[in-house]
Amino acid sequence: MSSLARRRATDYTVKVISVAFAALALLLLAWILWTLVVRGLPAIGPHVFTRMTLPPGAGGGLLNAIVGSLIQIGIALAIGTPIGLMCGTFLAEHGKNTQIGNAVRFVNDVLLSAPSILIGLFVYQLLVMPFGGFSGWAGAAALAVIIIPVVVRTTEDMLNLVPIGLREAAFALGAPQWKVVTLITWRAARAGIVTGVLLAIARAAGETAPLLFTSLGNNGWSLDMNAPMASLPIAIYQYAASPFEDWVALAWAGALLITVGVLTLNILSRLVLAKMK
Amino acid sequence: MDATLTGNQAASAMAAARKPTGRLSDPLFVGVLWTSGIFVLILLGLIIAMLFEGGLPALQEFGISFLWSTTWNPVTEKFGAGVMVFGTIFSAVIAVVIALPLSFGIAFFLTEIAPGPLRRPIGVAIQLLAAIPSIIYGMWGFFVIVPLMAAYVQPPLIELLGPLPVIGALFQGPPLGAGMLTAGLIMAIMILPFITAMFVEVLESVPPMIKESAYGVGATTYEVYRNVSVPYGRTAMVGAVMLGLGRALGETMAVTFVIGNATRMSASLFAPGSTIASTIANEFPEAGPGSLKLQSLLELGFILFVISFIVLALSRLLVRSKLKG
Repeated sequence: MSSLARRRATDYTVKVISVAFAALALLLLAWILWTLVVRGLPAIGPHVFTRMTLPPGAGGGLLNAIVGSLIQIGIALAIGTPIGLMCGTFLAEHGKNTQIGNAVRFVNDVLLSAPSILIGLFVYQLLVMPFGGFSGWAGAAALAVIIIPVVVRTTEDMLNLVPIGLREAAFALGAPQWKVVTLITWRAARAGIVTGVLLAIARAAGETAPLLFTSLGNNGWSLDMNAPMASLPIAIYQYAASPFEDWVALAWAGALLITVGVLTLNILSRLVLAKMK
Repeated sequence: MDATLTGNQAASAMAAARKPTGRLSDPLFVGVLWTSGIFVLILLGLIIAMLFEGGLPALQEFGISFLWSTTWNPVTEKFGAGVMVFGTIFSAVIAVVIALPLSFGIAFFLTEIAPGPLRRPIGVAIQLLAAIPSIIYGMWGFFVIVPLMAAYVQPPLIELLGPLPVIGALFQGPPLGAGMLTAGLIMAIMILPFITAMFVEVLESVPPMIKESAYGVGATTYEVYRNVSVPYGRTAMVGAVMLGLGRALGETMAVTFVIGNATRMSASLFAPGSTIASTIANEFPEAGPGSLKLQSLLELGFILFVISFIVLALSRLLVRSKLKG
């Protein structure tokens, strides 16, 4: 075989392998989703949304877990979004080439990929141990720590897309900085910032490890933020590992719900992003 | 950027001739921005301090040998991190070894082969793998992959490769399904999108000129990829792999479901083991407040934090150096 023919053959082989790898990745995604649909869909019914978690065989649902998750994510957002928004703005407006800006950006990137179970341990040490027990507050705080770096990152990226001339024009008119940022820069980047918040919700909704040692989970109905609080991921974790068939089925139902929610949020935010760029 | 004012400079220019409207509110606003920035720094500091403080009693009790001691015995209250540190690194390395060639191939596909209109949808679909929560991977791994491994993958491998010298040690033990290899496999799927996305970003930043000059002298697509694009982005690509490694090191829920949770050390890919994260998740419920076990788990957490901090910091340095420079 001539050298050219051999090089062509190598090129062709690598291309075929690459296509196969990409197909494999798509196949894996389809396989996971298929498994969720096949096992989760039959288990979904009105009882999932209307009933509490009950002992095996009693026909329980996931109502308290869903509500608990919503409450904790809601409070985590209320804490995390303003901090993340402000910190992202700090990086974009004041931290461009400064040492402190670089340090904050570095730390934020580490937090973004830090093992989430350690955030759970951290909040356990900070809020659970000293204040006498597992609580919804602690769970919300742990989720807030997950949310903040996501919001910081997208806010900074989105503010950097806002043309500098827009800011200069506003400054030239004599606007103070707070007005320039809140009325001009934020408004121009609004869609992107909202995307960051959506991504943060998606991330927080599926997190299990940080809740294990903070809000712990609760098999009863409780809206008390000072008591242990149920959440969907924890309920799935408990039920999936149980030997009872109806509990495992409920775990699949919950898994399907979470995945559909998380993927919808992700696709939505990508559509918004694609429109912006 | 150099020719124009940054927000920062414009603000200080404004300060010279400031109208009354911002006299009080502006310093306040800037103060809030700075406080939030510093808050993130303090947050990381607090995490490190809390984990260190929580685990300190265990370190004092068992000494520095806690780091490598392979004893983990809740009954006699003798604890050491050796097995978990080994399991954490072993399973994460398996994940990277599996994910790396896949990422190379998929990045090649997305940047060079896929027709234009297909690139984005396929790229997004692969990114969705990263959005699926870790616990879902755990369930899928536990109910779907573990039985497959036990029935179809492990028995032939044990039979075929087990008797071989040296590498045979990797293929010992009963085909349980759950174990190091399964954990690494699941994590490989989870970190694949992260590595691929950064590979694609780096490869797309290669100047078309140098690629075209290689094409001009007759190189094939693969040769350009291998000899021009990849060497050009090598530093950042190593950083991307480190990010994948860092993610795998701290992965908890997926691993807890499929690694088998044994506190024994074995060189076999099929042996059940445990990672730092899975041990913390599993044993925490049995550790009472103030107990030596809890302190040991916190110390494990501190070790994991140090390991992943080093890997993530290194990854970031490598990635940023290339993309910025």
